[in-house]
Amino acid sequence: MKRRNSQSLHALPGADDIQRVELENGITLLMRCNPFSPSVVISGYLPAGSQYDPPEKLGLAYLTALGLTRGTQRRNFQQIFDTLETAGASLGFAGSVHTVSFGGRCLVEDLPMLLELLSEVLSQPTFPPDQVERLRVQHLTGLAIRAQDTAEMASLVFDEILFNNHPYGKPEDGYPESIQNIRREDLLDFHQRYYSPAGMVLAVVGGIEPAKVLDWVNHHLGWWQTPTVPPAVVYPPLKPPAQDIRRHVSIDGKSQCDLVVGTFGPRRTDPDFFPAIIGNNILGQLGMMGRIGEIIREQYGLAYYAAANLVASTAAGSWEVSAGVDPQNLQRVIDLIRDEIVCFTHQPVSEEELADSKANLIGRLPLALESNSGVAGALLNIERYGLGLDYYRRYPSIIENVSRDEVLETARRYLNGSGMVIVSAGPDGSAET
Amino acid sequence: MADDILRAQLPNGLTVQLKEIHTAPLISHWVWYRVGSRYEQNGKRGISHWVEHMQFKGTPRFPAGVPDKAIARTGGTWNAFTHMDWTTYFETLPADHLSLALEIESDRMVNSLFDPKEVEAERTVILSELAGNLNEPLFLLSDAVQKASFEQHPYRNEVIGTPEDLQNIRRDDLFEYYRHYYHPANALVAIAGDFDAGQILRQIEDRYGAIPPGKPAQNPTTPEPPVAEERHLAVSGPGETVYLQIAYRSPAAADPDFFSMTVLDSLLAGPTSLNMFGGGGISNKTSRLYRALVENEWAVGISGGMQATFDPFLYDLTITLRPDRNPDEVLAVVDDEIKRLQDAPVSEQEIQRAIKQARAMFAYGSENITNQAFWLGFAEMFADYGWFSGYLTRLAEVTPADVQRAAQRWLPSNQRVVGVYYPLNGGPGA
Repeated sequence: MKRRNSQSLHALPGADDIQRVELENGITLLMRCNPFSPSVVISGYLPAGSQYDPPEKLGLAYLTALGLTRGTQRRNFQQIFDTLETAGASLGFAGSVHTVSFGGRCLVEDLPMLLELLSEVLSQPTFPPDQVERLRVQHLTGLAIRAQDTAEMASLVFDEILFNNHPYGKPEDGYPESIQNIRREDLLDFHQRYYSPAGMVLAVVGGIEPAKVLDWVNHHLGWWQTPTVPPAVVYPPLKPPAQDIRRHVSIDGKSQCDLVVGTFGPRRTDPDFFPAIIGNNILGQLGMMGRIGEIIREQYGLAYYAAANLVASTAAGSWEVSAGVDPQNLQRVIDLIRDEIVCFTHQPVSEEELADSKANLIGRLPLALESNSGVAGALLNIERYGLGLDYYRRYPSIIENVSRDEVLETARRYLNGSGMVIVSAGPDGSAET
Repeated sequence: MADDILRAQLPNGLTVQLKEIHTAPLISHWVWYRVGSRYEQNGKRGISHWVEHMQFKGTPRFPAGVPDKAIARTGGTWNAFTHMDWTTYFETLPADHLSLALEIESDRMVNSLFDPKEVEAERTVILSELAGNLNEPLFLLSDAVQKASFEQHPYRNEVIGTPEDLQNIRRDDLFEYYRHYYHPANALVAIAGDFDAGQILRQIEDRYGAIPPGKPAQNPTTPEPPVAEERHLAVSGPGETVYLQIAYRSPAAADPDFFSMTVLDSLLAGPTSLNMFGGGGISNKTSRLYRALVENEWAVGISGGMQATFDPFLYDLTITLRPDRNPDEVLAVVDDEIKRLQDAPVSEQEIQRAIKQARAMFAYGSENITNQAFWLGFAEMFADYGWFSGYLTRLAEVTPADVQRAAQRWLPSNQRVVGVYYPLNGGPGA
């Protein structure tokens, strides 16, 4: 057993080991070699998200993304997946508000095949009519299952209320009625209008030299040209609720309610994002779900899970506390969450809590970045938010420089002085509506 | 992944398996106990899982919450799982904090308090966890199918337990169960990651060596044969979607047929990933059942698989029906596909494909230290580590005749349970 100095071999990604290349057609390619790995991960996105959906056809971007692998000018659905599955490879797409994202993995020997398929489904999808109808039925079934999922419905309605009239308030996978309105021609049109190498980002991480990756990406995707330039989107202004908004989504026959309580949080690029993640960690993540978990699960035994979450995106963000609770205990849990938020916005966190939270956020990086997919996600994060190639090397000092006062000020900025959106979903029980 | 395992047994009976992996500055430390719902008696269903929860509730040295914070400070993660055959606890940490994992686990192997107040608080937490499970149609269906698949064997019970037993179990029941099963002779420590195995073995001896041995748990069960005749059952609940689940007796993991069934499953329902942590799986869109059911518009989704278990458990197929389809018709399509496997050997090419898929998923899983450490211990719960390290070789030895024979032996229609979830809000059975 030979011992290597793994600290130096496996340093955090930085400018000296990330290769970033802009192709002539506008694709940004990020690469990092992992010499220990026999496999490769590809991951990326294009700016073709649900923000371009017509309101009556919400879900169009999402269905278009899922439809890409249903057939191309060269291969039908079974041929596409036969190519992938025979190699033990995978390739999948998902839609979000801003982008369509994709991810795939394969053994190193199969990377040319995976890039060729990626190129084909992005540039030459045919959306065969029978496949589109099959996809529609599958998706409608998925939405019917969603309508019965207490956690998903609480989260969906929370976003609808908080982000009223904003793209973030509309589920990117649509509603049953909007999915019924979408025709195959809409998918073809959406693809033609919005899919373009301009603005596409691709990360490739694994046991392969970046120079080879660049050759293959140039070969398979370098030729792709479209006249498409996705238009800029102007987002409507958002106003925090002036007072509490309480909503209960009735889902009969369930045993448990899911609850979401929250309001706006910082955007990913706001300067107070870092004080917010340190504070959120203390409020509802650290150890057994932070202060929220300590009071609701550990002290009172009222929930299996109860945690705080910061969703910081490009145009806005939310700061949420969620829990799964017995309907009889719903109001009690809401009151306990409120009490914790009041405490969090009135008193600074302790020095010990601050130190623990910082140590946790810094210390978790090696674990988050041990796998190819973890590194690929980090590279996309760097590119999406313009963080700089040395971001993960600078991250410890960014975190270390946050003070208790900044955490308190940030908590007050978002969680104090305005109303909360409080949404539960599940059996009616004792919940007020 | 099989090379360079350091195996040892301490004088108190504790089995140790160590594997150096120097690709990342991390370690993953696991302690496995041979206890799970298979060891439980009537009236105490769910006690193994509850004991697992109580292991996070403190010892005199590490009061409740203290280890959570200590681990959080390192940036690491920890958790535990209770299964039918085993209960396991793990910490994945930056490599320079390995001693913290050794301290916590060696301490709570014997020093957990089971404070009565904590026991009562955890009762409601577990009832809440159960309530969350009961929200899921597939939990309700699987529970019914599992119960119908076994007359006596405790594999018929859900690990989380029953509401009645969870109300009735007392603190002393939990503590006695803990004392009975948690000791070195009934445990295995498995660590993978960036360390020197010789040095770590000495630390393990320091931490665990003085704990009194106890007695290894006796195997509490005998395998139960398949159901004597085909059983059909129906479950109803909220929703709009019909689910069909078909469960056959599966071979135990140590049975040579397990590998033939693994290849069969890969062809029939798509390959099942062995990676519990990271790596992910691959799609099943070219599997025989996906083509027959989804491409021919009987269903919107299909999955299948079996677990590596000590005794024979279940090979199950779960199908999400299209809204306009009838479960009986869908079952007939499944039967046609199974009959094809029973009537004619598959091609050598299909077997090679299944092996390539398994090889790829092995490669994906090898990136993750937690996943590698998991297998170091998990395989010992039903066989030994050689089962895992020889997995690809064993798969490569499977022949078309083996797959045909496995289909005939393990998938007879008169020895299965067929369950249907009928939604109350719509669908053909409403």
